[in-house]
Amino acid sequence: MATSPVPSTSARTNQIGLEILDYRGSKSTLCAGCGHNAISERLIEAFYEMGVPPEEVMKMSGIGCSSKSPAYFMSRSFSFNSVHGRMPAVATGALLANKTMRSIGISGDGDTVSIGLGQFMHLLRRNLPIIYIVEDNGVYGLTKGQFSATADIGSKLKTGVVNDMPPIDICALAIQVGATFVGRSFSGDKKQLSTMLKAAIAHKGTVLLDIISPCVTFNDHEGSTKSYKYMKEHDEAVNEAGFIAPFEDIAVEYDHNTTVDVQLHDGSHLRLRKIHEDYAPTSKTGAISMLTEAHDSGEVLTGVFYVNTQGMDFVTRLNMIDEPLSLASEARVRPGPEVLAGLMQELA
Amino acid sequence: MTAAGVKRDFSCLPDHPQNSIGATRWKDLSMATTNLEAESLSAADSIVHPKKLVNDFTIQVATVNGSGSQSANSILLRGIFRMGVPVSGKNLFPSNIAGLPTWFLIRANRDGWVARKGHVDLLIALNPETVLDDIRKLPAGGAAIYDESFSIGDRRADVVYYPVPFDQLVAATGAEMKVRKLIKNMVYVGVAAQLLAIDMKGLENIVRQQFARKAAVADLNWKAVQLGFDYAASSLTKQDGLVVEPMNATQGKIIIDGNAACAMGAMFAGVTVVSWYPITPSTSVVEDLIKYMKKYRVEKDGKATFAIVQAEDELAAMGMVLGAGWGGARSMTATSGPGISLMAEFAGLGYFAEIPGVVIDVQRTGPSTGLPTRTQQCDIAFISGLSHGDTKHVMLLPGSVKECFELAIEAFDVAEMLQTPVFILSDLDLGMNNWMSEPFEYPEKPINRGKVLNAKQLEELGEFARYKDVDGDGIPYRTLPGTSHPKAAYFTRGTGKNERALYSERPEDYAQNMQRLARKFETAKTMVPKPVLKGTGKEKIGIIAFGSSDPAVLESRDQLQREARIATDYLRLRAYPFTQEVNDFVARHETIFVVEQNRDGQMRNLLKTDLDAAEAVKLHSITYFAGLPIEARVITEAITKFEGARK
Repeated sequence: MATSPVPSTSARTNQIGLEILDYRGSKSTLCAGCGHNAISERLIEAFYEMGVPPEEVMKMSGIGCSSKSPAYFMSRSFSFNSVHGRMPAVATGALLANKTMRSIGISGDGDTVSIGLGQFMHLLRRNLPIIYIVEDNGVYGLTKGQFSATADIGSKLKTGVVNDMPPIDICALAIQVGATFVGRSFSGDKKQLSTMLKAAIAHKGTVLLDIISPCVTFNDHEGSTKSYKYMKEHDEAVNEAGFIAPFEDIAVEYDHNTTVDVQLHDGSHLRLRKIHEDYAPTSKTGAISMLTEAHDSGEVLTGVFYVNTQGMDFVTRLNMIDEPLSLASEARVRPGPEVLAGLMQELA
Repeated sequence: MTAAGVKRDFSCLPDHPQNSIGATRWKDLSMATTNLEAESLSAADSIVHPKKLVNDFTIQVATVNGSGSQSANSILLRGIFRMGVPVSGKNLFPSNIAGLPTWFLIRANRDGWVARKGHVDLLIALNPETVLDDIRKLPAGGAAIYDESFSIGDRRADVVYYPVPFDQLVAATGAEMKVRKLIKNMVYVGVAAQLLAIDMKGLENIVRQQFARKAAVADLNWKAVQLGFDYAASSLTKQDGLVVEPMNATQGKIIIDGNAACAMGAMFAGVTVVSWYPITPSTSVVEDLIKYMKKYRVEKDGKATFAIVQAEDELAAMGMVLGAGWGGARSMTATSGPGISLMAEFAGLGYFAEIPGVVIDVQRTGPSTGLPTRTQQCDIAFISGLSHGDTKHVMLLPGSVKECFELAIEAFDVAEMLQTPVFILSDLDLGMNNWMSEPFEYPEKPINRGKVLNAKQLEELGEFARYKDVDGDGIPYRTLPGTSHPKAAYFTRGTGKNERALYSERPEDYAQNMQRLARKFETAKTMVPKPVLKGTGKEKIGIIAFGSSDPAVLESRDQLQREARIATDYLRLRAYPFTQEVNDFVARHETIFVVEQNRDGQMRNLLKTDLDAAEAVKLHSITYFAGLPIEARVITEAITKFEGARK
């Protein structure tokens, strides 16, 4: 069976004996240079490096360019491209059916905080164990470039239309409502994104990653605040993240004064070296006020903003049997004739 | 408590109006325990000449909602039921928590007719706001138990009046102020029991069963029943002819509402994931299900073999149902019309992406606020093609509480066998009212999970194409997430895919997939429950109906036969798509009446779509859509009139 560790003789393999090729997807049909493609690449690497069996992953998405991208990584994982803004409900149901699966949701800014805001809020509130990635470019790609709810005030469309509505800060929202691992990254920052994705895989609970992912076709011009150029100029990391997987050597020295070590659910360690002075990864209010201030100063903060390893995730809260409900035998899910007889007796 | 004790209690009611109203007087308590034979009633103090009606009458209890009369009504209903007399109970209630008028109908009928009957024989009037109107609407010969403090205006000469000093009787129970409102209801149970000759021993058992958790509460309630009984015995002269006499027609039967029956069915179907959003009249489906599941589906270690989630809205509820169905759970939701509207997009996705799930729709009248507590069969047209694009949905149509149980079980099998959402269309009348039934039978067939491939089978097959019609029945094979094989995974999306679940916008791929889905819907005909035929099958007139109209149709056929010598055959639909039996039935009859509880004849239109044009012209609609359960009389009159006009 493919998921068992088979030592490879030729190509490099991961912890469970799979090659990077085993994590690849179909060829992307997104625009060349689209930030989403870079994110797909990082996901492939992260799942490969963490040694996650692809068959144990469910890739969930809504509608939009971002939501198409699960086709472009990990073809051996189960995937569900659902309807616009409604991925959270589908992902929730799927995890209830099989709590032993890992879930990754790929969404966009429109899918998440415009049409899908309602369901997104309740996913956060439940602390559903999912890695929820917003491939955030501030515009609707598939319908050719209308503003979304994360577009900044004053940002300009190619047509010259200027956005005059304030943006929703997905990260601040997520921290407020109940996500237990919240961060922002940039599709162009390979190192930061890879580290955050691996930490996300190690966390159990809602991981919300808002990844600025420029739309090269509709939002990468002068006047855009979600362009490659703008991000290179305004990206302000609050911390430098290091990640040590359970199977890696932990004995790496770090400065306790400047670095916070967070042990994640699977035994991994996330080491966050402080860059931003207000940074404290376990403070909800600190993180929210830091994000709010950054809007005023025009900085785009990135990094891990908030981690809470104590919150109970939704699937655990429901106290289900250990076996996935999807596989529960008839004997476990259909009470016997004596139960029906008793019920009938009560109603006679 | 003894009758003598009651008398002592009454002695503390000094200004009780003895003999103050014609029909009322104190009587010797020794007469309290038996009703007078109707024939022997003296008409001297009454102008009403009652006809004796044994086990064939309707009681209407008029209260305000929030007054806690449900328990009392249920006890009264069961009191008659336990005497072996067929009964049905219907709650006609407002969309309100407290203070608006509510009526509860109890129909006792020796022949087993349990449909709503508009003709009320005994009114129990506890709502001062409606008492005048309630009495005005009583037919000649009717009787009214009412609170003597009510001003009832001029008395009708053709109605029997039974004034009862409710407040004094309640006070005599010694009940605390805060529960007096509830206890009052038990008093009318006692009064009615005495007047109708309902077995008090049986009634006591029911009261004690109902309040089994607290002996003191049971004692108090029973005391109130007794006081009512003794008051009636000593102070009221029986002048109506209504009598309950023991029969043997309910032996072994149960009383249950359709929502509880659906819930029970779902549990025995092995439901594992439930997501819902509260909405009248479907709420108790899941609330009852939660009760059952907590009791019978939690294992010794305290872990549940299910997940039940109250979702943020019906969109999410349906999304979770699909996610869970895709993930391999037996998933369901319960809702009503407005929820169905919100579920439309996901329902379509479920059809195209071929995901099992069960939706129980307890139908009610139209959108928004208004009449959410009134019954209709009004979602047929909407659900049959719910969502955009070429969609067709399987609908199961339970016609009794027993079928609510059976079809709930069936629905999960059909959904998984067909890999599509399956809708159970119940309604408020069936779902929330009390129905007598044969006990439910334990499912004979094992659970059928449909065409699911595991890792071993994938290994043997060597290939897997999610949307390939391998067997020619339109139903492809699926795998469940987590299946540990490199070929197990596939990409799920709505449209735009080929057999191998790869993205495709080729016209051929789309058309082929849609044709396969059409084949699958044909296959559905072999899986859904067949219609039920009643009659010789050789009459000229056929009736087609479904769901909660069934008891009214059955009674109407009897009326038609007896009153107008009109013989009918009756086909009760139990599912959409329609099976060949439906075509055959229409072909064999000259005239078909399609009886349904909506304005536009939704089922008739659906039938017309499926039938040949030459056959479709035979269909005539009989519709009732005022929000109350349909009566037999509506059908009888429509058919009699139609046939009369034809002659």
